[in-house]
Amino acid sequence: MSATSATPVTAVDADVAAYALRLGDDALVLGQRLGEWAAKSPQLEEDVALLNLALDHLGVARSLLSYVGTIDGTGRSEDDIAFLRDEPAFTNALLMELEGGDFGRTTARQLLVASYQLPLWQALASSTDPEIAGVAGKAVKEVAYHLDHARSWVVRLGDGTAESHRRVQTGLDEVWPYAAELFERDALVDRLVARGVAADPALLEPAWRATVEDVLAEATLTVPETSWRPTGGRTGAHTTGFGYLLAELQHLHRSHPGASW
Amino acid sequence: MDVAAVAQVESPLEQQFQALVDADGRVEPRDWMPDGYRKTLVRQIAQHAHSEIIGMQPEGNWITRAPSLRRKCILVAKVQDEAGHGLYLYSAAETLGVDRDELLDLLHTGRQKYSTIFNYPTTSWADVAAIGWLVDGAAIMNQVPLTRCSYGPYARAMIRVCKEESFHQRQGFEAMTVLANGTPAQRQMAQDALDRWWWPALMMFGPSDTDSPNSAQSMTWGIKRFSNDELRQRFVDATVPQAEHLGLTVPDPDLTWNGEHYVSGEIDWTEFFTVMKGDGPCNRERIANRVAAHDEGAWVREAAAAYAAKQQARSASQGVAA
Ligand SMILES: [Fe+2]
Ligand SMILES: [Fe+2]
Repeated sequence: MSATSATPVTAVDADVAAYALRLGDDALVLGQRLGEWAAKSPQLEEDVALLNLALDHLGVARSLLSYVGTIDGTGRSEDDIAFLRDEPAFTNALLMELEGGDFGRTTARQLLVASYQLPLWQALASSTDPEIAGVAGKAVKEVAYHLDHARSWVVRLGDGTAESHRRVQTGLDEVWPYAAELFERDALVDRLVARGVAADPALLEPAWRATVEDVLAEATLTVPETSWRPTGGRTGAHTTGFGYLLAELQHLHRSHPGASW
Repeated sequence: MDVAAVAQVESPLEQQFQALVDADGRVEPRDWMPDGYRKTLVRQIAQHAHSEIIGMQPEGNWITRAPSLRRKCILVAKVQDEAGHGLYLYSAAETLGVDRDELLDLLHTGRQKYSTIFNYPTTSWADVAAIGWLVDGAAIMNQVPLTRCSYGPYARAMIRVCKEESFHQRQGFEAMTVLANGTPAQRQMAQDALDRWWWPALMMFGPSDTDSPNSAQSMTWGIKRFSNDELRQRFVDATVPQAEHLGLTVPDPDLTWNGEHYVSGEIDWTEFFTVMKGDGPCNRERIANRVAAHDEGAWVREAAAAYAAKQQARSASQGVAA
């Protein structure tokens, strides 16, 4: 540890740590799902693009999870946090952990996520927490590309062939109900919105809806209607498939306790 | 290929072409070139492109399991680079009048090959490190001379590819260094990977030149600059000291130092030809995965084409209206 380090000693802030963990887990888990596409995509350009998306999300995850370890009082590293927690300690939104399915479903999820993350990172770029603001300032540039990519594919699939229209609509219908969880508020979010740390979900949702509806209209797709609002990710109640995701993510790391890589 | 005819009777065009090549000039897509030259390049560039994209599989399958977030990011970026290399190389091949779909079809139906190295399984994390160190290392030895290849588009693609391959090689060696200096289990993992990848890496340079029928013509054409054996020797000379630095043992009991070079033991060419002909551990799996990804993606590519056609029709009818 360098004695001349300009970084101020960070005080424990459980609320900021919990919020950064949500954002970091979202990025880690979606990055993991996108990484599953390696060498499996419909064309070489998409191998490049999907891995590029994975890399952006994993980069965000690394910054945020490292930060969490410095402010939650545990001193854990990014790897301790990513690899040594069990399912109930993960606080990502369920939307991120859903299996990727076919390219239609993956693309539909990317649209829902990017349309949410664009206003999210825009808002967080002026968060009163400088670390979160820093991560957001970088992520906001990346997410603009993510949204362009998702938009261009959703439109091409929706307004392409009958088969592609059917597939992307099916994928959209499957992932859609999970989007509601992104805009939930709880006491933590209320406290952090009041402190200017967190983005206000009430402001994010209209922006999200406007973007998504605009893209779906151009894609000749139907905005799904559902009364089902699956939730629980933020409190550690996950889907069945998430255990398998963690098994794959964590197995090697956990098989060699204390090893460096 | 009527290579003999080309070499014997030279028309003025052929003489001009050979003079350009001999003067170390670059042949560009619109220039006249012998038919055999074009065919040789198409085959070589396609095989190279196929190797890049098949090569995504053995390492890609460790992305979800990488043991740290840093290593995961490095690996994702590497596999993404390989996809990018495939793109540049298919584009380079397309300048010779073939198209990517046609070449992919030749790959999928086994009529064109890719490097035999990718027909071995990656069963441990150390294999990812060993591939970066040895396979990217061998690829650099093969490819750096191609940056001076007589065919301009291929030479230019190779400049960019080689920069990234040497980055991969350094990352692989660094990952191997960490394993070799890690826990006993990690060290064992590293040695086991070297044991399995060493000989296949040496085979990447192809058979000895006496058994490599196209080598001489490729040299005359400025496609190939050094013999397979010369390149293999360079690789051995560069890599053996690296293994020693890691404290790992090269799995060749006959390896000796002759005062100038490291001299390898006999390579098992039977194994090489078995793998090349399709009976390696993973040949069937690699092609099956590639074909599955391609077939499962057909509806996406069709959608993109249908949408582009609709857009074109829309803008055409708007043009008429205006
Ligand atoms: Fe490559
Ligand atoms: Fe490489």
